[in-house]
Amino acid sequence: MKELSMNVLDIAKNSVKARATLIGIRIEETEEVLTLTITDNGCGMKNEMLRSVIDPFCTTRTTRKVGMGIPLLKLAAEQTGGEVRITSRHEEEYPDTHGTEVVATFYKKHIDFTPMGDIISSVTTLIQGSPEIDFTFLHVTDQFCVSLDTRELRGILGEEIPLGEPEIIRWIAQYLNEQYQN
Amino acid sequence: MKSLAELAAIRDKMRDKIVLREGGDGIRVVVGMATCGIAAGARPVLNAFVEGVDKEGLNDKVIVSQTGCIGICQYEPVVEVTVPGQEKVTYVKMTAEKVEKVLKEHIKGGKVVMEYTFANAQKA
Repeated sequence: MKELSMNVLDIAKNSVKARATLIGIRIEETEEVLTLTITDNGCGMKNEMLRSVIDPFCTTRTTRKVGMGIPLLKLAAEQTGGEVRITSRHEEEYPDTHGTEVVATFYKKHIDFTPMGDIISSVTTLIQGSPEIDFTFLHVTDQFCVSLDTRELRGILGEEIPLGEPEIIRWIAQYLNEQYQN
Repeated sequence: MKSLAELAAIRDKMRDKIVLREGGDGIRVVVGMATCGIAAGARPVLNAFVEGVDKEGLNDKVIVSQTGCIGICQYEPVVEVTVPGQEKVTYVKMTAEKVEKVLKEHIKGGKVVMEYTFANAQKA
């Protein structure tokens, strides 16, 4: 992937597939380290599945037998000296607290660090594709703190206006963009 | 600065329009957004469609949505356009620039952009 934000989009889509109703994306940066955390309240994975998701020949897709999402994230993290950790609670074992957490760390000064790229567009793409799901987004550095919670937006829009409407997506993009500018 | 109050104003403006959009007889644009699509650049393609449709004032006539892997990863980004009553058209190796032409000629003009289609790519 050319941008880390593309990995973010791709990994968060796994949470959509896991029937999550709330997906959290958190990016925390210090001068040296970028930590990406994606959490969801989806169906979770059993231990056996959890062990195998880092394997490219593990996938939930039906068009073929390889899945590259997690392996590509792992590659992007490890090539900077970082790592990916995944914890998960399967719904059968944890009926009330099921879900998955993916934490990836990256060393920003490493020559193979992939730039973040257009994270705003990854967030709006997720909302456009799954307007019924709630997303929280937080990007914190020494200089700024950008945040979004679709539950808040949904509270204003009410039942009748879906979050995925082009006018709303445009507003969300501008809302995030202005937070990055300030 | 964008405020949440502004969002409330957009909501009030949209209330009447939104009812019209629920009819399923519009043009459908579906962008493949699995790992293969994303890695090949599907995100800017999707955005170009969402923004282009919005800018052209076609939100009531065109629905842009996302799907998983269609199975022809080497041709990603892949976009399927379905005009009611016509056969589905599959566009391959799409870019934001190509989206402009598809919007203008196919979605607005009703003429398939043959050079970007899967059928055409297979011939080459």
